[in-house]
Amino acid sequence: MSLLEVKDLKVRVEEREILHGLTLTVNPGEVHAIMGPNGSGKSTLSHVIAGKPGYEVTDGQILFKGEDLLEMAPDERAAKGVFLAFQYPVEIPGVATMNFLRTALNAQRKARGESEFSTPDFLKKVREVAKSLNIPQDMLKRGVNVGFSGGEKKRNEILQMALFEPAVCILDEMDSGLDIDALRIAADGVNALRSPDRAMVVITHYQRLLNYIVPDFVHVMSKGRVVKSGGKDLALELEASGYAQFEDAA
Amino acid sequence: MNLVLAKNETGRALSDSFAVARDRLPGNGKVAEARSAAFEAYERTGLPHRRIEDWKYTDLRALMREVLPLAPAPDAAALKRAAAAVKLQAIKGARPLVLVDGVFVPKLSDVGGLEKGLTVRTLRDVLEAGDAALQAQLLVPDNANPMVALNSAMMTDGVVIEIANGLVLKQPLQIIHVASGPAPAAMFTRSLLRLGKDAGVTLIESYIAADGAKTYQAHDSLVVAISDNSRLDHIRLVEDSREAFNISSAVITLGAHAHYNTFGMTSGAAVSRYQATIAFAGEHSRVETNGVNLLNGRQHADTTLFMDHAVPHCASREVFRAVADDRGHSVFQGRIIVRPDAQKTDAKMMTRALLLSDDAEADNKPELEIFADDVTCGHGATTGALDESLLFYLRARGLPEKEAQALLIQAFVGEAIESIANDDLREAAIAAAQRWLEARA
Repeated sequence: MSLLEVKDLKVRVEEREILHGLTLTVNPGEVHAIMGPNGSGKSTLSHVIAGKPGYEVTDGQILFKGEDLLEMAPDERAAKGVFLAFQYPVEIPGVATMNFLRTALNAQRKARGESEFSTPDFLKKVREVAKSLNIPQDMLKRGVNVGFSGGEKKRNEILQMALFEPAVCILDEMDSGLDIDALRIAADGVNALRSPDRAMVVITHYQRLLNYIVPDFVHVMSKGRVVKSGGKDLALELEASGYAQFEDAA
Repeated sequence: MNLVLAKNETGRALSDSFAVARDRLPGNGKVAEARSAAFEAYERTGLPHRRIEDWKYTDLRALMREVLPLAPAPDAAALKRAAAAVKLQAIKGARPLVLVDGVFVPKLSDVGGLEKGLTVRTLRDVLEAGDAALQAQLLVPDNANPMVALNSAMMTDGVVIEIANGLVLKQPLQIIHVASGPAPAAMFTRSLLRLGKDAGVTLIESYIAADGAKTYQAHDSLVVAISDNSRLDHIRLVEDSREAFNISSAVITLGAHAHYNTFGMTSGAAVSRYQATIAFAGEHSRVETNGVNLLNGRQHADTTLFMDHAVPHCASREVFRAVADDRGHSVFQGRIIVRPDAQKTDAKMMTRALLLSDDAEADNKPELEIFADDVTCGHGATTGALDESLLFYLRARGLPEKEAQALLIQAFVGEAIESIANDDLREAAIAAAQRWLEARA
């Protein structure tokens, strides 16, 4: 069974249709890149998969391990194993990162009928992951993302990804706002999480990120549809020729 | 017109009640005269209503309708229920001073082994046999405010605490007001804290209901004198029954180089009002007042503060957070007066309200009257809903809606709670907020 199946998805925001029948199938272990110009609907797709309010699905389906994802609340999707790494992670003053991580992890475990993590086990786990991502301990004591640099915010997203161990990771424009060193640390973090059981959907505007996270498949989106799919070489092709040809095709 | 209004049926009922209760009320001579004068003052207005500016948002004539009869002294069964409630709510490490149905109960209190320089007496004792100066101090609150006047007329008991010069108490004192039982009744209490020079103490006031206590009225008042170079930390936790009324007043005066830090949280009671006057009588003193209202259902909570800067070089900070869900109604009225001599005053007030439903209401009325020209004064207020983008982020991380809201509400009130210096007390406040959040979920 496929992990994630998006079938002929049509999505509106207010009166405007953004996705006009998008289809995408993701199997365990695969890394898919979704590329496309601004306004092609890449972020809309990631938001609809995660369950962000404000989008109306007028047609089509999203199945996760065969289950109807669109029927689930965002927190149920998270507990089932869907993870969205935000393009712009929000700042939450007054909620300490450590407290947030523990609350979220235990909420997911509770929803799955698993026992809550004990505090020592949890701390040990967070410290290990934080260390591998070069996240200093004092960052974990601060409010969630409060005062974090762009790179720190993205690393905090990957920290969560490592901690929650989701089945599908959607990385929305992970490279935006990162310099080359920050990008490398983030990409290393993501690569460490690649596994035969886990799939990743990497949304990006630029080919650059795909030098670090090498995809199995590349899809080009334009005007709310996937207009071309191929292997990792498609990304290089795009880098050379740009999106204009696909905008005409769509 | 007020005289006519006072002659309605509830006014007469209370008048009868006062006549009946009079023999039970402690104090003769000057005290009795003061009670009569206070009752007459109350009767001229009756329960305050919305046409009195100060009570515009808290119309007690509509909300309370009548003052209930005076609660009888608690019997053995009442004390047993009260003891169970006290056990649950007593704060770790604090010395409990318990008033059940408006009567001080030594058996539930800890008045043994008092530190040298600390005296604790009951209001009843002081009104019946205290010295004239102490009695006069207890009768300081004036009769202009009808609910203060009513309290002066009807007060039955309370705690009178004196702390000698130089004594800094490590152990906090906790006055616990317990309503014991199901019979609808009113209790009238007044407490006094006299803090000598170079002294310090933490005072907690808790308002709770024993199992089965629902419809009652807690009418309380507190008189505080903080002498030069002294510090008072003051915490109020209002967790009355959801059908109860809590009408509390306070008059606090500060000497020179004094420090008053206070935190109040109201998560209980159907209708509550806390009206406090804080007066600077000596220079270089500082006040921080922090407040939180956590309201849902049809709860109504009013905090009305009057900061009186009468002398130069004093500072005051007011930070207030309101959370209102369902048809909850939060009121904050903050009046700051800077009198002509009070140069170099630094007074600021900031209120924020979080509305969790379309029917919730938060009223905020700042009033600054500044008669000195070399001062720093300011106020700010915001009202809003929970941030949708933050909620989505938390939900995308697996938190169900109520839990995501709870985390953001905790963060919202956290800034005010963080102001509590003592760890155990901060924990107690967080626990009280937690109880409200859990009851909501």
